[in-house]
Amino acid sequence: VLVVTITNLLWIHTFLSLCSSLFFLRVQFELWDSDDPIPRQELLKKVKGCDGLLCVLTEKIDAEVLNAAGPNLKVLSTMSVGFDHLSLGELKKRGIRVGYTPEVLTDAVAELTIALLLATSRRLIEATHEAKTGGWGTWRTLWLCGYELADSTVGIFGLGRIGVAIAERLKPFKVKKFIYTDVAPRPELAAAIQAEYVSMDELARQSDFLAVCCALTPETQGICNKNLFSKMKNTSIFINTSRGGVVNQEDLYEALSTGQIAGAGLDVTVPEPLPTNHPLFTLKNCVILPHIASASYTTRNAMSALAANNLLAGLRGEPMPKELQL
Amino acid sequence: MHFAQPVLRVFVTRRIPQEGLELLQRAAVCTVSLWDSDEPVPRAELLKGVEGAHGLLCLLSDRIDAEVLDAAGPNLKVISTMSVGFDHLAIDEIKKRSIRVGYTPDVLTDATAELTVALLLATARRLPEGIQEVKSGGWSSWKPLWLCGYGLSGSTVGVIGLGRIGLAVARRLKPFGVKRLLYSGRQPKPQAQEVDGEYVPLDSLLCESDFVVVSCALSPETQGLCDKAFFTKMKTTAVFINTSRGAVVNQEDLYEALTAGQIAAAGLDVTTPEPLPTDHPLLALKNCVVLPHIGSATYSTRGIMAKLTANNLLAGLTGEAMPSELKL
Repeated sequence: VLVVTITNLLWIHTFLSLCSSLFFLRVQFELWDSDDPIPRQELLKKVKGCDGLLCVLTEKIDAEVLNAAGPNLKVLSTMSVGFDHLSLGELKKRGIRVGYTPEVLTDAVAELTIALLLATSRRLIEATHEAKTGGWGTWRTLWLCGYELADSTVGIFGLGRIGVAIAERLKPFKVKKFIYTDVAPRPELAAAIQAEYVSMDELARQSDFLAVCCALTPETQGICNKNLFSKMKNTSIFINTSRGGVVNQEDLYEALSTGQIAGAGLDVTVPEPLPTNHPLFTLKNCVILPHIASASYTTRNAMSALAANNLLAGLRGEPMPKELQL
Repeated sequence: MHFAQPVLRVFVTRRIPQEGLELLQRAAVCTVSLWDSDEPVPRAELLKGVEGAHGLLCLLSDRIDAEVLDAAGPNLKVISTMSVGFDHLAIDEIKKRSIRVGYTPDVLTDATAELTVALLLATARRLPEGIQEVKSGGWSSWKPLWLCGYGLSGSTVGVIGLGRIGLAVARRLKPFGVKRLLYSGRQPKPQAQEVDGEYVPLDSLLCESDFVVVSCALSPETQGLCDKAFFTKMKTTAVFINTSRGAVVNQEDLYEALTAGQIAAAGLDVTTPEPLPTDHPLLALKNCVVLPHIGSATYSTRGIMAKLTANNLLAGLTGEAMPSELKL
């Protein structure tokens, strides 16, 4: 008998696909049936003796959890493309396979990144506020003017699937030039969007719009700091939809409040949620969203199904649709 | 002997961006009387200011009707508006008096199409709601179904009025994975081919679209087009976007449609009136995003519009070809 623990709420069809497969596997599954994250103590209790674990990005899967689970655990499936919440070294050591959800969320994330970029550059949040609170007079020539994509240079920090998808969507806005930086050039991806490889310094200097799309690693932790912001144009817009830890938030606050950069849009912060008294909330030119980049009905459905299928394949000892190479 | 040129007089109804004012002043073709304010010229001041003017430079907030034209008198030969819309101009009265009209198409197409897409995305992906939750403490942790919205990927988009702006919007939406691009209007447009646009009757567009974008001019035919019958035909999961003119939409019917769940959400950059009173019911709805008519509001575009408006005016004063003349 295999026991599977699932944390967090899943779509109905995921249950159905799990159940129909479980019938043949004689699997028991246990669900933390809530919209809210499972408390740490509960997680440590419930993973005991599990063969499989399906989690989301709010669970830190480290040595403590893996030890609590014990030697049966052979597959971990996360409903996310990011894996900075997983201790990869510990997982590899124990021979545990890992599934994740790249690609199915690329469209939704790229779309939300552009939504955030435009909301920031065209001052949508300031504008809706003025409309609601009486600041809206009659049409005026320079009121609430923003910065246009037409004729601009867009810089991408970390050129992966999502970075390419963002550039593809920005092209018809008449962007003049795409540039990117990364640990090394990515010629195939760059060719798809005709992007030029530059240093991080050049990316800062040339970009009118800078979008951060890299994974969070020890190398990228806090890499968007005063060193980067001080080199950027004072008319530039900074967008981060990757992971909060990539940005030094104190340095960002400085850059925004002193006019070093024109505006910033964040879908990810440290911590999440960001406390409501955080200084970034006092800035008109900072737009903060609650990590909703992949939040479309179809995408969350697809992520959920993929996470379930990764889990089932892992339990059966078969190839996963999307396995993370450890 | 030195013959003095007749002094051409021009009235400018607002403090327009410097680029435009400087062009007028440097041309040394006319004396400029300027309502030097960011706020609209009051009606009485407008009627006084236009007296004897040869040229009038105005904005869309100035209603130029028979009363204004009569107050101006027979000198008036050119009206130049800093807008692409001209529903604020009494065209018949202007034509009758053989006054030429300049306007600003094309130069604002990119900024307006960009803002239309911005509004569509903000509405479909629930950005203002998300920001509200963040500020009010409603954000607790990542949740699989919280604040989910409607994505463009695999969707059908319907554009009502595939003119310059409608086409520019369609071009920008395409790479988001839009599966079908429908459009309606008085006749099919050859340029629709570029975006694989399908010309369909309005009813079909409404029934089949996940996103309905209104991008037509305001005319007697389009006045109140978006009414109860219109919204009833739309999908309950559809998003409605209007960045054309407020009067194309029946706002009471829109409010009904939004609260009854007949459509999922709406985004408006234009309303009736403008500004919309702060106690208007639409402003209280979570699924309605209202922007204060900022379609063309970028620094570069407003500067270019100002220059074009000034150049149209100067050409009209000196009897030359205008860069952008409105065919009356």
